[in-house]
Amino acid sequence: MRQLIRILEGIGSTVLLCVRAASYAPTLPRQFGRFIEQCYLIGYTTMPIVAILSFFIGAVLALQSGTAAANIGPKQFIGLLVGLTMARELGPVMAAVLLAGRVGSAIAAELASMKVYQEIDALETMNIPPARMLVAPRLAAVLAMMPVLTIMADLVGWFGGAIVAKYTQTISIEPASYFATMRQYMDFGDVLNGLVKAEVFGFVVVLVCCNIGLNTRGGPREIGASVTRAVVVSLILILVLDYFLTKALL
Amino acid sequence: MPTPTPIVTPAAVSAPGAAAVGVRIENLVKTFGSFEVLRDISFSVAPGEIFVLMGPSGSGKSVLLKHLVGLELPTSGRVEVDGRDASSPRTREEVRMALVFQAGALFNSMTVYDNLALYPREHRTDDEAGIREKVMRALQILSLENAGHKLPAELSGGMKKRVAIARALVMEPQLMLYDEPTSELDPVMAATITEIIATLKEQYHVTTIVVSHDRDLAFGIADRVGILMGGRLISLGPPEDLRQPRDPRIADFLNPPIDLQNPRFKQLET
Repeated sequence: MRQLIRILEGIGSTVLLCVRAASYAPTLPRQFGRFIEQCYLIGYTTMPIVAILSFFIGAVLALQSGTAAANIGPKQFIGLLVGLTMARELGPVMAAVLLAGRVGSAIAAELASMKVYQEIDALETMNIPPARMLVAPRLAAVLAMMPVLTIMADLVGWFGGAIVAKYTQTISIEPASYFATMRQYMDFGDVLNGLVKAEVFGFVVVLVCCNIGLNTRGGPREIGASVTRAVVVSLILILVLDYFLTKALL
Repeated sequence: MPTPTPIVTPAAVSAPGAAAVGVRIENLVKTFGSFEVLRDISFSVAPGEIFVLMGPSGSGKSVLLKHLVGLELPTSGRVEVDGRDASSPRTREEVRMALVFQAGALFNSMTVYDNLALYPREHRTDDEAGIREKVMRALQILSLENAGHKLPAELSGGMKKRVAIARALVMEPQLMLYDEPTSELDPVMAATITEIIATLKEQYHVTTIVVSHDRDLAFGIADRVGILMGGRLISLGPPEDLRQPRDPRIADFLNPPIDLQNPRFKQLET
């Protein structure tokens, strides 16, 4: 029962924080510096790890499907399979998972530390709402950066699949043929589908991590606990939302 | 032998002209779960007064202070600043209140200069040139001119407290609150901070409430002293009344006897 109350409190405070942060959207133009700083942290610093993981996910997809298809015959559809899977599913999900692990944990740690060391209290006594200064620029930045990360994940994943498809002896498909099936059977709607998911995942991850950080109670030990909670809750939410969004967008 | 430069240079202090505000606390009760931290507290502080609240650790002093800036909400009773409900966010918009936290609560990711400039920048009280002037003046008042570019992690405990006071000063507060300003400081730095508090009150005519254990601070600068014990305000009056207190609890708190034949920790065990 206590656990349920805590979950409901968490949902309530997250929604409240979302509403508060949204109400400060008009202040974003004059927080442009903070927005750019967050874009750098969320986007630029996450790009290398997203690229590496996406490359190998695309490669593994091509390898697995290519090996299986080699026994049946329709190898030319590997491009379509990798393309669709990356665009509609793995691109946004992987970008969001990496965002939770790399950026979400950092956000939760920073805000939890600010809370524990009374910096949040200091902001409030100065009549500077934390939702305005600390949350709104991060939410705006994640909305701006998630499409970039996702498109990059898609492209690198497709490229990784193409390389494996060409150089694996049992598959051996030319990139032209690999990308031809992608072009033939995929359209922009498939990519857009993934971008919508990515925006929702990114927004929820940053919002949840901000809320958990800002609601940290106790001493320095709680900072670590908040970071763990933020990452775990984010990962669960990504997968739960993924199911419902997939169903809604089919 | 050269004369040491005073930390607070009165010549550098120029009153900003903000009107001091009064504080009124009426039947304040605060509970955390089943634990009653503050029990029926009532007192008021006049505009421009220095009020020092003393009491043993855990007696609820800091919790009371947090009620004044709306960081804690009363379980029952009322806290007013300038006649307005302190728990209302509007009060923070209308009355400039500054709280100097015990550990400073400086923003660790910002330089000292940016810590001080944050309030005027966020509230757009001045243009950047005006903000610079205000910040430099506050740094000069607290003899921190050379610390502007430093990060809080590079400062000593005493400097952190002075930066926290300077940051509060930039807000041009009408009500200045200090939470244990002299704790963890050596006697000279504690005396310096005490002088700073008194000088700022003198020059700015700002209402000042200090939570402290420090007898020297209370007897040296307070207009009135309140003693909080077990969540109750058991004494309220001028500091002179406390020099020879009749209440044994207050006498024991202000002048604790050290009795090696009957040590206190043994009493705690039983």
